[in-house]
Amino acid sequence: MRLHEFQAKRLLGECGLPIPRGAVALTPDEAEAVARDLGASRIAVKAQIQAGERLGAGGVKIVSGPAMARNAAQEMFGRRIVTAQTEEDGETVRRVYVEEGISIARSLHLALLVDWSVGGLVAVASPDGGEGIEERARRGDFRQERVALPVAGAADRAEVAAFFGRVGLEGPVVEAACDIVEGLRKAFVELDATLIEINPLAVTSASELVALDVKMTLDDNALFRHPELASLRDEAEADRIKLSAHRDQLNFVQLDGDIGLVSNGAGLGLATLDMVKAAGGKPANFMDIRTTARSLDIAHGFALLLDNPKIRTLLINVHGGGMQSCDTIAEGLGVALRRSGRKLPIVIRLAGQNAEFARNRLKNFGCAVIEAPDMGAAAERAVQVAATGRA
Amino acid sequence: MAILLDRDTRVAVQGMTGWAGTHHTTQMMEYGTNVVGGVRPGKGGRSHLNLPVFDNVAAIRAETGANASIVFVPPATAAAAMIEAIEAEMPLVVTVTERVPTLDMVRVKDALKGSKTRLVGANSQGVLAPGVCKLGVMATGSERAGSIGIVSRSASLTSEVVAQVTAAGLGQSTTVGVGGDAIHGMSMRDCVELFLADPDTKGVVLIGEIGGSQEQEVAELLQEVGTTKPVVALVVGTHAPRERRMGHAGALTFGFKGDAASKIAALEKAGVRVAPSAHLVGRTIAEAMARAN
Repeated sequence: MRLHEFQAKRLLGECGLPIPRGAVALTPDEAEAVARDLGASRIAVKAQIQAGERLGAGGVKIVSGPAMARNAAQEMFGRRIVTAQTEEDGETVRRVYVEEGISIARSLHLALLVDWSVGGLVAVASPDGGEGIEERARRGDFRQERVALPVAGAADRAEVAAFFGRVGLEGPVVEAACDIVEGLRKAFVELDATLIEINPLAVTSASELVALDVKMTLDDNALFRHPELASLRDEAEADRIKLSAHRDQLNFVQLDGDIGLVSNGAGLGLATLDMVKAAGGKPANFMDIRTTARSLDIAHGFALLLDNPKIRTLLINVHGGGMQSCDTIAEGLGVALRRSGRKLPIVIRLAGQNAEFARNRLKNFGCAVIEAPDMGAAAERAVQVAATGRA
Repeated sequence: MAILLDRDTRVAVQGMTGWAGTHHTTQMMEYGTNVVGGVRPGKGGRSHLNLPVFDNVAAIRAETGANASIVFVPPATAAAAMIEAIEAEMPLVVTVTERVPTLDMVRVKDALKGSKTRLVGANSQGVLAPGVCKLGVMATGSERAGSIGIVSRSASLTSEVVAQVTAAGLGQSTTVGVGGDAIHGMSMRDCVELFLADPDTKGVVLIGEIGGSQEQEVAELLQEVGTTKPVVALVVGTHAPRERRMGHAGALTFGFKGDAASKIAALEKAGVRVAPSAHLVGRTIAEAMARAN
């Protein structure tokens, strides 16, 4: 679960991370009121989207005074901001965060994350923080240091201090940086995070450290340990389709084509997407049905597709396995088609566990389907049906 | 004969008494797997499916000589079950459980360091040596004993590729699902190493996908050791929707190599034949085997 900046700052501020004073605003009036309460000479107004690289895309404005904060917020609300990290159509701004401006002497980059390749927690830092660091990294102009951190027990303070030494920090600020890392390490483990990224971690002109922007993701699979954090999801995820898909044990990504795709398992789903594209088709979605999904979950997934007026055909590519057999998916399709009443040509390829039984289930539901012998043929047939509108 | 499994594999089922444990234990026994009992804390001394149930892994190791376990324990306690098996020095552990918390897998990785256990998974469909032993939850029927080793990150694609390999007139020595999670026990590289050393495996199929760098690690291995065994790969996700990212840390720390094109390029450079489409894997390995003979 990805958190917004204001959510991450709220959580980590409580854990002792030094952050600028600020508050979230839902309207231009609120933005003005927050700015007035802060009483600072410089105010940052920041669009609450989850992607980074906001500054260049107009998602952060530095202003001087409440009236200007109001105007900056007014311009942001409802806008879709597109950055290198968003999907192509960007992310809509529904909230802004208004905080005091900080005078920055140096910008560092600091992150705690899981190193997937070794399966351990690691802190990384760079002396060159701020916007555009990926561009610099691609040019080979980016230096990063790293140190492994334990999940059980405190980090070795001398190791962390040496790590910040390599990043170029010296003097009393090193102690403060070590405290920040240890505080973040504890928060990471206690909250079951998978990423905490501070960019920039500012060194102020008074040689103090302040986290200016924070990105944080929590582990969806560990939310059962944190019922108090579950409400952050509805606050963070405005997308109705993703919320619904999450509840229904599906991984669903909306695309803008006309062929609805259904597969079981992420691997087969990706393979189906690749085959449709290779055959010249335009997928309307990516959908992966979890093995734990029941037929009603699956029916909700089909309903997401059938609700989409752009779709001209469905391509169902299922290889039934030991955990989820073909008939469970056939049943989900039958239920969804009955409920929606929509008539669409459906290309189906069933193999593996209970494929024959699934065919019978579909017949009993009165579903007319076009059967394809293998996945390559199914993909080609679906592309043809979508292009001609005919079965 | 196979990697990881043989006719002496004696299986303990952790979480045998639940729905999934009961169902898949029955299926494994029907396949001919030698299941020696189950583990369920608090139910030691009872029996289930006519098999003895033990309170812990150490007890079933001591009493039955179990040398492999399969974990069906729910996500909240799956890590504790794996760590218990590691501490009991179980040589092979397969974890089927999906959605194990990430930091729990970090704790499991810590326990694996210096241990005597090989872990497959979590979120794995398991290991299958056709005609010898099934330690997993995969559907069976399409497989046939043979000479192709298959290692995969995806259960549904494995079923598909097994069927294609059989239809192409070849069979499988062993299929291994390393699991779909980012942190897992054995890697694809570990499995390919075993396949290269296994005299009964004559060719290898790798089923990869976008994300992580396991495919590149296999490419590195092949370039280090060299092999005369044909290796064929499928990498899916070339056209995956661009993922909305958050922040820079992942890309900056682990490089920009999770995409399909980078993986395919690395594999081809190491002499791997990459199947042009998911439905052509069987044909690609058959051609590679014919050319090698």
